[in-house]
Amino acid sequence: MLELKKLTKTYATGDQALKAVEVEIPAGQVLALIGPSGAGKSTLIRCINRLVEPTSGSVILNGENITKLSSSGLRRARRTMGMIFQEYALVERLTVMENVLSGRLGYVGFWRAFLRKYPQSDIDEAYRLLDRVGLLAMADKRADELSGGQRQRVGIARALIQDPKLLLVDEPTASLDPKTSRQIMRLICELCAERGLAAIINIHDVALAQMFVQRVIGLQLGAVQFDGPPDGLTPEVLTAIYGEEDWQATIEEVDEDDLENESAAA
Amino acid sequence: MSTATLSDVGLDDRLGRAWKKPHFITNPVLRYALLGVTIIYLYLAVNSIEVNWARVSEGLVRGWEFVKAFGNPDFTSRWTDIREGMIESIIITIASTVVGIAISIPIGLGAARNIAPLPVYIICRAIVAISRALNEIIVAILMVAIFGFGPLAGFITLSFATIGFLSKLLAEEIEDMSRVQAEAIQATGSSWLQWINYGVQPQVMPRLIGLSIYRLDINFRESAVLGLVGAGGIGATLNTAFDRYEFDTAAAILIIIIVIVMALEYLSGVIRARVQ
Amino acid sequence: MPVVQNHGGPNGWKLHTTRQSMVRWFCWLLGVAIFLYCWNVISEATTWFFVWDSPRIAGDIGGRAMPPKWEYIDKLWEPIWDTLNMATLGTILALIMAVPVAFLAARNTTPNAYIIRPIALFIIVATRSINSLIWALLLVAIIGPGVLAGTVAIAIRSIGFCAKLLYEAIEEIDVKQVEAVTATGASRWQVMAYAIVPQIAPAFAGISVFRWDINIRESTVLGLVGAGGIGLQLQGSLNTLAWNQVALILLVILVAVVISEWVSAKVRGAII
Repeated sequence: MLELKKLTKTYATGDQALKAVEVEIPAGQVLALIGPSGAGKSTLIRCINRLVEPTSGSVILNGENITKLSSSGLRRARRTMGMIFQEYALVERLTVMENVLSGRLGYVGFWRAFLRKYPQSDIDEAYRLLDRVGLLAMADKRADELSGGQRQRVGIARALIQDPKLLLVDEPTASLDPKTSRQIMRLICELCAERGLAAIINIHDVALAQMFVQRVIGLQLGAVQFDGPPDGLTPEVLTAIYGEEDWQATIEEVDEDDLENESAAA
Repeated sequence: MSTATLSDVGLDDRLGRAWKKPHFITNPVLRYALLGVTIIYLYLAVNSIEVNWARVSEGLVRGWEFVKAFGNPDFTSRWTDIREGMIESIIITIASTVVGIAISIPIGLGAARNIAPLPVYIICRAIVAISRALNEIIVAILMVAIFGFGPLAGFITLSFATIGFLSKLLAEEIEDMSRVQAEAIQATGSSWLQWINYGVQPQVMPRLIGLSIYRLDINFRESAVLGLVGAGGIGATLNTAFDRYEFDTAAAILIIIIVIVMALEYLSGVIRARVQ
Repeated sequence: MPVVQNHGGPNGWKLHTTRQSMVRWFCWLLGVAIFLYCWNVISEATTWFFVWDSPRIAGDIGGRAMPPKWEYIDKLWEPIWDTLNMATLGTILALIMAVPVAFLAARNTTPNAYIIRPIALFIIVATRSINSLIWALLLVAIIGPGVLAGTVAIAIRSIGFCAKLLYEAIEEIDVKQVEAVTATGASRWQVMAYAIVPQIAPAFAGISVFRWDINIRESTVLGLVGAGGIGLQLQGSLNTLAWNQVALILLVILVAVVISEWVSAKVRGAII
């Protein structure tokens, strides 16, 4: 469904953030992107919806080459890609409902959006999504009144109301406590499964990634270093991605976390 | 229906119902009353302006001449007047800023509630309030009436205005300062002056320097109009130029003012970046 | 005190090196010299006879000004109304013009950083550096005396002020919120309405009220150059040396300033 071909990004400063990255993602697959800071995870995600303009290479979504699109074509393509951000990136002075509805901006004209006159179907969908993420009662609260975990739930609802085929998720849990982090990751993965969405989740918490996803890609200095199932992340692989460190602890921790998780769920 | 009850409504009741952004002013009576009053006021206000369209259309020609004069300013024919006026403006600016700062510092200390005793605080705040409430031009008129025409009136006016501005902001800065640092110095058994010197001054100095330069900039701009009421500076020359419709000379003066203000702003940016 | 003795010693501690303190002293000396020169020029241009006579003159003026001529207030209601209108309409006009200028001047929203941004910045500096009284002088010469000239003078002077504060607010917005709205497929204008406007709305409201407060003060004196409002009455009373009328007008202005400051503080408190 999504294909990245020789995707390269060189910043004006000369930093090569992505070096001819080749990835193919089938529909409905949830994929974690791991790697040290500065490996190009964020750039990769932003090159897919062209928030960052790739230098060369192509991004092909359902047979359409996104890198070649005009600005109106790009807007249409962006509608099919929902994005979830690290620090939620909600418009803080708007209400929760307005934030969720802003996910429909690609579908409605300027004046409808400006006057907040959304079609009834959009409003119903917004209520359903808020109910699904457990924030229906907060609909008319301002976004800056919510806690971190609640804001991220609004961010998820905003991405889903776009009716996307693909979710681009940039460090969804980096600003959250461990418990909320898991809840959010679980929610994202459940929703992807419910709606058959593919997702690229950019995450630095390896243990958390292993817990939830079907496939892991390790990025190092802008190049793919590992691509495989989560249990293929051996200490050797992690050393290749992140550098020398005692990885046994991290991997063991995963099992403990899983146990703890199951007992908590039970 | 108010938001308070809406938040208890479940999903099924909401589906199919219209959604409206909650209003900034929740009380509808108050909202429409405010809107109505605003519209009526604007209607009355706009209508109260009498426009003599014949005079305006005639004026547009002159306006265009003035715009053209900006492209071709005349610095030479009244250069002596311009130079003397400018020098006088600059001198008034510098002298009044220096004196203003010197007087502002003790008054600013006195107007800070956390370091001054109540009687001193009240007196200093009263001085600040009077200085801020009186427009520079009005003070200048009174000063000219009392001290006669000339730069002395302008100098006193701007010194007085500087006190209101600087003392207030300095006092606010002192009131916002870190208590811990000041207390630590007090704990060493320092005298009051030592305490001000070691505990307060280092904390407020960068801001004081920044504000002083900002005030220098304001004083220069103000000094350019004091001449209109006879308090010295370039304003008198400018007034004469407008009275005689010598737009090219007026444009020259305005350009010099703009250039000096730009230079001062640039300078203040550099200095503020260095001290902070 | 042993510490002081140490100062003179070979290993004494000093805040500044000798060279640094030399430079500091030189700067102070230069500053004092400049100030003395300025003072000297002012003093030469002053007729000191009048200055020594000033307490008597001040007393004389004070005696004539007291008590204020209260019944004169009947003639002041209309000028007060005009003054209020000049300030309010001038502020509204200024805001209408300042918003586009601010968007053109802010680094993150300007369409062109090399041509349009400098022009916008020039408009800001030029309108800000010139006092509203000078703008009024100019406009009275161009469109004739009256409230219109005053309103336009207030408006022009306020453009630069409002646009400067507004563009600084625009440059400080959170880019992530803009990015998030862009990522939904929103158009340029939608991004403006959903991500930028909500972020700068409080700053905008604060700036408007702040400037309105300043404009009330400024519009009280515009009449001195013929631009309408209570300043006209002030000028007339000064010319006829009717100090008891001047006293009443100054009192009215003082009350207006206090009220406008109170209103502006209340409104800003309600917004932020």
